[in-house]
Amino acid sequence: MSELSELYQQVILDHNRNPQNFHRPAGANQTAEGYNPLCGDKITVYLRVHGETIQEIGFEGSGCAISKASGSLMTTIINGKTIKQTQSLSKKFQEMVTCDLNIPPPSDMGKLIVFAGVREFPMRVKCATLAWHTLNAALEGKKETVSTEKPEE
Amino acid sequence: MRPAIPFDVDRVREDFPILKQKVHGKTLVYLDNAATTQKPQGVIDALERYYRTENANIHRGVHYLSELATAEFEETRTQVKHFINAREVREILFVRGTTEAINLVAQTFGRVQVKKDDEIVLSEMEHHSNIVPWQILCQEKGARLRVIPMNDAGELILDEFKKLLSKKTKLVAIAHVSNALGTINPIKKIIERAHRHGIPVLVDGAQAVAHLKIDVQDLDCEFYAFSGHKMYGPTGIGVLYGKAKLLEEMPPYQGGGDMISAVTFEKTLYNVIPYKFEAGTPDIAGVIGLGAAIDFIQSIGIENMGQHEEALLKEATKSLSQVPRLRLIGTAREKAAVLNFVMEGIHPHDIGTIVDQEGVAIRTGHHCAMPVMQHFGVPATARASFGVYNTFEEIEALVKALKKVWEVFG
Repeated sequence: MSELSELYQQVILDHNRNPQNFHRPAGANQTAEGYNPLCGDKITVYLRVHGETIQEIGFEGSGCAISKASGSLMTTIINGKTIKQTQSLSKKFQEMVTCDLNIPPPSDMGKLIVFAGVREFPMRVKCATLAWHTLNAALEGKKETVSTEKPEE
Repeated sequence: MRPAIPFDVDRVREDFPILKQKVHGKTLVYLDNAATTQKPQGVIDALERYYRTENANIHRGVHYLSELATAEFEETRTQVKHFINAREVREILFVRGTTEAINLVAQTFGRVQVKKDDEIVLSEMEHHSNIVPWQILCQEKGARLRVIPMNDAGELILDEFKKLLSKKTKLVAIAHVSNALGTINPIKKIIERAHRHGIPVLVDGAQAVAHLKIDVQDLDCEFYAFSGHKMYGPTGIGVLYGKAKLLEEMPPYQGGGDMISAVTFEKTLYNVIPYKFEAGTPDIAGVIGLGAAIDFIQSIGIENMGQHEEALLKEATKSLSQVPRLRLIGTAREKAAVLNFVMEGIHPHDIGTIVDQEGVAIRTGHHCAMPVMQHFGVPATARASFGVYNTFEEIEALVKALKKVWEVFG
């Protein structure tokens, strides 16, 4: 497979065309906005959290195929997960898209493995991680927009 | 039919070693000239020669190398004077680039001249570097920006401009050529109109110098700013032209060596212009490289370059119009060879990544002109911008690469 088809896998193209959970769920009680000033990608993540569980997740926004598909796939996986599971998955996703090309991507990423090709395109890593950064911010209850150009910690 | 070109583009390309390389296994097609141009061998050689055989600090040494470097540095100043037809050599200031040139004017001329409730007029199509320095000044002084609007072709609405001028206007700051749209603004008219009210004008010439003949006396602007790296010269060097009378009245920009004539702890006497504005050891190699870039441009002739680029623009506009669901943004009648576009439903960054895999380098994003993006209601665009070494075959390569985008996104 060429690097390009590695990046734009069919699953990614499908999610870009028909993003899942692309709305504000009723009863959402936690939300955050994310922004990538370099390309103008904007995303809002909505959560309905009950206790330790994310009962429902949705997102809205505009961006490139990678960022939109990443948001869409993220929502399909996070629905129903606990906060702890979500945070650990978010960390693993971040590691997968930034890890060295010589080491194989982790085997337990499920559907998210389609984003492993992003490693070949360092300029596009932020597109893939924007939704996840925004999800983290929503969980932490951050008020201001998270930006890919500001250090997280 | 392709128009006859007045020079041999293949020979021009021979001068640019970088163009011979492959990118992702494909021949490099470099169409990001509005961001920075590639450098001809003459410029690369000048930098190397300076560091190899002439390196010394200028203006103070009495030794052989220092005299040699000083002479070459000052000869370049004279060369720049001729290049833009300034009246006097001392009207040429070396700075880091257009951005620093504009900041210099904002922090010296601006700080003295602009008071509370005053106004600075600029346009909707300015690069951030001709917005933010004025915004900083306005915040400090309690002054405000007034913006000349543009129409949907990306042309300034001059009737609106006229209405913005008043006694409060302290400066008009305007791009000669828009980096995001390619529009060539009627700056001579704008300057004339501003002068009727006695208002000075700064022209951001970053996108113009490599494409149009610049004559600052004919334009009669008070300031003209440009960068070396967008005219086939090195990065890190640029020029601010200013009318001598104004420069003399302006306070210094930065303090340090070279800008003084005498220093005690009580008081400093400043040097004469242009040195008053050139604190610290300058980018000597950069200045010498800039001189080599002017040599390069003059060896071809700026008019010939402009004609070639105009032919490319015409052909590229026609070719891109045939790409399905592609919309050109910036369709002014007077345009430089910049094609800014969006493709229906596809984010420009996806376009950029896909064409890059075909070896085609274009720019994607907001091009440091977010107000332009807001005008056209897009978060970002893709931009192909042409230089003297680009060919008609490269336009075909771009179109082929854009068709690849549709293959991926179907």
